[in-house]
Amino acid sequence: MSPEITLLACIALPLLAPALITALHRWPNPREAVTLLTSGGLFLLVLSLHHLVLQGTRPAINIAEPIPGLKIGFEIEPLGMLFALLASFLWLVTSVYSIGYMRSHHESRQTSFYSYFAVALGSVMGIAFAGNLFTLFIFYELLTLSTYPLVTHAGGDNAREGGRMYLGYLLGSSIILLLLAIVWTWSLTGTLDFRAGGILEGTVTPGVASLLLVLFIFGIGKAAVIPFHLWLPAAMVAPTPVSALLHAVAVVKAGVFTVLKVAIYIFGIDFLAQVPATQWLTYVAVATILLASLVALRQDNLKLLLAWSTISQLSYIVLCALLITPLGIVGGGLHIVMHAFAKITLFFCAGAIIVTTHKTRISEMNGIGRRMPWTMAAFTIGALSMIGLPPTAGFISKWYILLGAIDAQQMFAVGVIIISTLLNAAYFLPIVYTAFFRSPKGNMEHGLKDTHGEAPVAILLAITVTALGTIVLFFFPDLPLDLVLQLAGESK
Amino acid sequence: MSNLLGHYNYWIVIVLMMTGFYIVIARPNLIKKVIGLFIFQTSVFILFISMAKIEGGTAPIIAEGISVYSNPLPHVLILTAIVVSLATTALGLALIVRIMEAYGTTNEDEIHVQDEQD
Amino acid sequence: MLLANLPALQVVIPLVSAPLCLLLRNPRHAWAWATLVSTMVLAVAVMLAQRVYAEGTISYAIGAWATPWGIEYRIDMAGALMILLIAAIGAVIMPYARRSIRHEIARKHITLFYTSYLLCLTGLLGIVVTGDAFNLFVFLEISSLSSYVLISLGSTRRALTAAFQYLVMGTIGATFILIGVGLLYMMTGTLNMTDLAQRLPEVTDTRTIRVAFAFVTVGVSIKLALFPLHIWLPNAYTFAPSVVSAFMAATATKAGVYVLLRLFFTVFGSEFSFTAMHVGEILMLLAFAAILVASLVAVFENNVKRMLAYSSVAQIGYTILGISLASTAGVTAGIIYLVNHALIKGALFLALGCVFLRLGSVTLKDMHGLARHMPWTMAAFVAGGLSLIGMPLTAGFISKWYLVSAVLAAGYWPLAVLVLVSSLLALIYIWRVVEAAYFNVPGAAMHKVKEAPASMLIPVWLLIGVNLYVGIDASLIFSMAQQAADTLIGQALQ
Repeated sequence: MSPEITLLACIALPLLAPALITALHRWPNPREAVTLLTSGGLFLLVLSLHHLVLQGTRPAINIAEPIPGLKIGFEIEPLGMLFALLASFLWLVTSVYSIGYMRSHHESRQTSFYSYFAVALGSVMGIAFAGNLFTLFIFYELLTLSTYPLVTHAGGDNAREGGRMYLGYLLGSSIILLLLAIVWTWSLTGTLDFRAGGILEGTVTPGVASLLLVLFIFGIGKAAVIPFHLWLPAAMVAPTPVSALLHAVAVVKAGVFTVLKVAIYIFGIDFLAQVPATQWLTYVAVATILLASLVALRQDNLKLLLAWSTISQLSYIVLCALLITPLGIVGGGLHIVMHAFAKITLFFCAGAIIVTTHKTRISEMNGIGRRMPWTMAAFTIGALSMIGLPPTAGFISKWYILLGAIDAQQMFAVGVIIISTLLNAAYFLPIVYTAFFRSPKGNMEHGLKDTHGEAPVAILLAITVTALGTIVLFFFPDLPLDLVLQLAGESK
Repeated sequence: MSNLLGHYNYWIVIVLMMTGFYIVIARPNLIKKVIGLFIFQTSVFILFISMAKIEGGTAPIIAEGISVYSNPLPHVLILTAIVVSLATTALGLALIVRIMEAYGTTNEDEIHVQDEQD
Repeated sequence: MLLANLPALQVVIPLVSAPLCLLLRNPRHAWAWATLVSTMVLAVAVMLAQRVYAEGTISYAIGAWATPWGIEYRIDMAGALMILLIAAIGAVIMPYARRSIRHEIARKHITLFYTSYLLCLTGLLGIVVTGDAFNLFVFLEISSLSSYVLISLGSTRRALTAAFQYLVMGTIGATFILIGVGLLYMMTGTLNMTDLAQRLPEVTDTRTIRVAFAFVTVGVSIKLALFPLHIWLPNAYTFAPSVVSAFMAATATKAGVYVLLRLFFTVFGSEFSFTAMHVGEILMLLAFAAILVASLVAVFENNVKRMLAYSSVAQIGYTILGISLASTAGVTAGIIYLVNHALIKGALFLALGCVFLRLGSVTLKDMHGLARHMPWTMAAFVAGGLSLIGMPLTAGFISKWYLVSAVLAAGYWPLAVLVLVSSLLALIYIWRVVEAAYFNVPGAAMHKVKEAPASMLIPVWLLIGVNLYVGIDASLIFSMAQQAADTLIGQALQ
């Protein structure tokens, strides 16, 4: 198979899978087999492209041209490759987890759940491989729409309210700000292609570029920069596998991925340095990091705490994009991966707790580690990675982010990252402490009696894979590192 | 002054037009509205026909010793327009009959009251 | 012979068929006849459009009376696009109409319905093809009178008052147009549009011409429901039979916009219209108000049909906004918007007609939980709604893209923001329907509700399919719209 065909297959496979999933809705086991096969197949397909990209090949293909000059086309570059690898691998793991979760939790309408999940992943592939901003925008919107039914899966008033926030923020920001920025870029430059070094330089004044940058950064609502962050806590009404994959990995990372792409390929790092708004937006990113951490400190609901932590961590990557140094790009690219592994582990654990104990509040989790040692051990690994302690993956990315900040001589940012690390420790370590060292008797106050054991096997399997991944990536960060180094090399 | 009176046909047109327009807007009775509409349209017909008149002109039939004719085209146009206007009036009245059957009144205000109650 | 007379056939076929239809007392026969005629009309339209696309503007002298004395039929690219649109919508809704009309209209009136429909089709096509200002008035009245009848056939008594209200406003509008045409004739001595365009510059700087311009503009604005002259539209669309709402939303107001284009660019010339009369600024202001006010009203509306009607008023605002820019890009965007919106609104109103068929109501309250019982209908509604909002890969996105680029190119970036903000308002009102249909628990009466019949679903999905196709490949529609805009603006420059 030629790389171009493989590329198309990567996008088409998950988009077509729902047909089969729907056809098999009466037979749950074959239905889930389709999901597993699709996700496994997708991962292999993406993997087969990996070495080509490392060698410097850039498979590219155009499939349509809705507006003369604007093509729906794909091209693989290192960052997209990294994102695609990450998403497809974690989809496979999440599929295993979902099967355990959805069945233990006796969720309704599982067929539509798996169908929309596959469509969402197809959109993520489209975003990862998009060859121009236009294509990226199409799949960006498709991702929002296809995840809406997942977020509101539970039905009822809560889901509806959450869904409203989700759709309102994401579509609102993307239609009003992002689309305006894209059309404006198009009318200024006459192209929307991703080009190393950017397309804006020389065509716009710094003032207009500033405005465009502001429109882009806020318009990409999926990056959850304050004040466009409230959709993420609202989306926590979704079933946990959705929160895990989509709102720790696919959707939010699609946001920061887009930010990085815009910074590198639309503005170009050199030009970004001349844009006055860059410095100003750095403060916004920094504020998001700190404020979201502070809010996370006050959360008792575990999933909400994770959501606020995600908001904070996403702005690390936005900050990286605005640091305008190659090392910053390396840090940002790595953090997409490292954070994803850690955060998905944490969400998996939260889901495991919900399935086995129906508990969502941290204050009810006294001594839970004694009954669910495996789950909570994985949780600890994830938490350590969020703080950025060795031997976890989070250390590597944080290291590069710090290097990038120092390189850019943004001592202010360095200070913020250190404070934020302390804050991370301040809200994650107490959970670990509660789980392992508090007596379960504390739960009696809530009138709860614990009789549960460990989570179902499928769930534990998924948790183990991602927790191990978090550690393995500390010792062997080569795969993502090679790709982002190549990216940083190109963007110079 | 002569300028004002010289175009007396326009004054007639304007008075008729405003009369019709006023009836359409101000009268709640639907039948009166249709009448107003008809007057309104008629004023325009007069506008067309009066402008076809040429001083000293006669009917456009070729005859000995006559060289000045009125312009026949506006007459033809207005014949068509009269048909249209007639159709409009007929349709309006037909609608009023149906409205009378359905609401038991031809008064716009009373119809509104009934619609509010629905 | 036949081919040479295509422009005449375009109008004559439905015109002659209408009285014949009246002779068929059996509703089924009347339907079959109207369907046949609509298909023929579409075939003629396709052939005509092909010819225009290949050869350029067609001029046809009715009865071989030479212009400017005889009546000329003149079809340029803009006209070809319009007849194609009107004929296609007319043909698509016919298979749909059979079940829907049988359900909504008393048996004894069905034949009358199809007769009026054919007359309305005649009028709309005539408006587009004619090159004669007075003839335009006549066709406008043919289409208007028949649409008053069509609206009054709605299933509630309020349809009657809605039709009457429309009749009063429509007649005032038509009379205004007549006054304008009369004044133009007074000054130039001609009624042929091309001839008018040539003779007008000599007398352009007179009060009479300015008054004529104002009368005609206001008259046409009533017909196309430009804010604030739109007040007839919400009631008319709400209480008309579903098929009529779809047909009118997709064609009647669009024909009005076409007339406006003709007048501004072909007859008066953009120099006079936009530079001397400043109609661009006025239209822009009205479009601004239309978009904002009508969208806001739609957000608070509980009757979905009325919601879509107000949405139409807003969408007309978008089209006018494009035209008000008076640039090639703006007019192109306006024309693309017009065509795409016809496809979108047609599909949405038809989907709503399916709901009405099964539910007997189109209020949000009654549509609770409907998606489980009518999945295909509601899926079509959602797809059409997404297109209305302007999601990528739909026709709505294409039109919004062109409009925003045209507005940005003209330097009015606050207007670009407005266009996008009001897309968000569209999201809100469409999503109110989605939430009602997908999230709420169905009421007790819902158990009997079945999916709509295939004869109605297929036309709906056909239009949705075209929407999606245009979203992926808009090159044809773009090239036609651009040629149309070029012809319109080019004529003005001559």
